[in-house]
Amino acid sequence: MAKVPVQFMLNGSEKAEFVESGTTLLNALRDKIGDTSPKGGCHQGTCGACSVIIDGELRLSCLTLAETCIGADIKTTAGLAEGGVLHPLQRAFLDAFATQCGFCTPGMIMAAKVLLDRTPNPSREDVVEALSGNICRCTGYEPIIQAVLLAARANSQNAA
Amino acid sequence: MSLALQTFSTVKDASAALQAAGSRYLGGGTLVVRAANEGDVSVSSLVRVADPGLSRIAVSGGKVRLGASATMAAIARHPELAALAPAARAVGGPAIRNMATVGGNLFAPAPYGDFAVALLALDATVFTEDGEMPIETFLTGRDTSRVIVTAVGFSLPSMESFRFLKVSRVKPKGVSVLSIAALLQRTADGTVTSARIALGCMADRPIRALATEKALLGSKLTPQEIAPALAAAGEGITPITDPIASAWYRAEVLPVHLGRLLSQ
Ligand SMILES: Cc1cc2nc3c(=O)[nH]c(=O)nc-3n(C[C@H](O)[C@H](O)[C@H](O)COP(=O)(O)OP(=O)(O)OC[C@H]3O[C@@H](n4cnc5c(N)ncnc54)[C@H](O)[C@@H]3O)c2cc1C
Ligand code: FES
Ligand code: FES
Repeated sequence: MAKVPVQFMLNGSEKAEFVESGTTLLNALRDKIGDTSPKGGCHQGTCGACSVIIDGELRLSCLTLAETCIGADIKTTAGLAEGGVLHPLQRAFLDAFATQCGFCTPGMIMAAKVLLDRTPNPSREDVVEALSGNICRCTGYEPIIQAVLLAARANSQNAA
Repeated sequence: MSLALQTFSTVKDASAALQAAGSRYLGGGTLVVRAANEGDVSVSSLVRVADPGLSRIAVSGGKVRLGASATMAAIARHPELAALAPAARAVGGPAIRNMATVGGNLFAPAPYGDFAVALLALDATVFTEDGEMPIETFLTGRDTSRVIVTAVGFSLPSMESFRFLKVSRVKPKGVSVLSIAALLQRTADGTVTSARIALGCMADRPIRALATEKALLGSKLTPQEIAPALAAAGEGITPITDPIASAWYRAEVLPVHLGRLLSQ
């Protein structure tokens, strides 16, 4: 199978790799580039564990071909912490016990991040809607919803 | 599994490549990449067109033209397409809506195709490389179609005339038990002068509720007048059975939900 070059920005740094044509972004990130923060839960678009942010929009990396991301700006949960300091969403997930096995967490955080980037003070309904494509088998969702609301409050206090 | 992606800058070149055996067009990929991930070996190459024009949404003089690559998210947030937003928002969760295209939805087998149900009620025209056709003709022939859809066009409905309902069991987002779209033109006193009603999950693709449409003509949508239209709703349906619901269940609840939509 012919290999194709792909190049994109990942969490602010440029990445270039050769992948087999038809490789999903999820597999390229995990197996080639070594960013294992997006998780492969279903490879069918149903669980949301593979969610990443491409050019500011939430997408499923399991259904996105790496070749279609050439030149794109990709963000994953692995790029959120700065110099060992957790991102407010990561902090809130810990404080609100929103992560148990942790498998859904990176996808949940990506979905929550695009929400808070656009809607800094979301309602509970906004949060539920934003997370509606992400499945969690552990927490029962309530702690996750609370964590996102907590992060929003922490952000607005910092801004004030 | 091996899958080759070919990218073309024009629809014409992509169309030529699509004639090869084993090749499929790639829209947002939510169905076709999913199929490849599941091990569908009938797809060996994917063809896509990198023309931003295919994502264009144009609204002018009461006419709407949605490029085939326009996403559900782009439609849902378009300020002039508020009447269509409920149908666009009915598709999947936020990430799916950022990827799912109009073109792909036209091909999506039931229980998917919620947006295509809306397009059928709106009597959309489907534009392809080879010309244009009414959506009903398109839907009938879609299984053997090898042409690339470039856009859909329709008259923008008013908020009052267009109604959409999707019923699912998982809240807030889930696969359809059924979906219904209704375009109702009414006079000032509420009399229905024309009705076009489309149903999702009542066959393997969106279909019209022709008997119900007929029964509604001349009515004022009072409960007494709606009753015969609901009784006729089962005519010509062959609902799907899937893990969400059986064909029997879907047929049983169709009149209930249709009744709610009509008496809104
Ligand atoms: C988790 C999940 C949830 C979903 N929920 C819903 C839902 O609630 N409602 C719903 O309606 N759908 C749903 N879907 C199905 C799907 O996402 C949508 O139907 C979507 O609109 C399909 O568009 P796409 O661009 O992703 O299609 P693709 O996967 O790119 O293509 C689908 C088919 O259409 C063909 N095709 C696509 N575009 C064109 C074109 N322009 N010309 C010719 N052929 C074309 C492709 O070759 C392929 O055969 C869901 C899917 C997933 C994975
Ligand atoms: S792995 Fe992509 S949605 Fe489950
Ligand atoms: S914490 Fe285990 S799946 Fe969500």
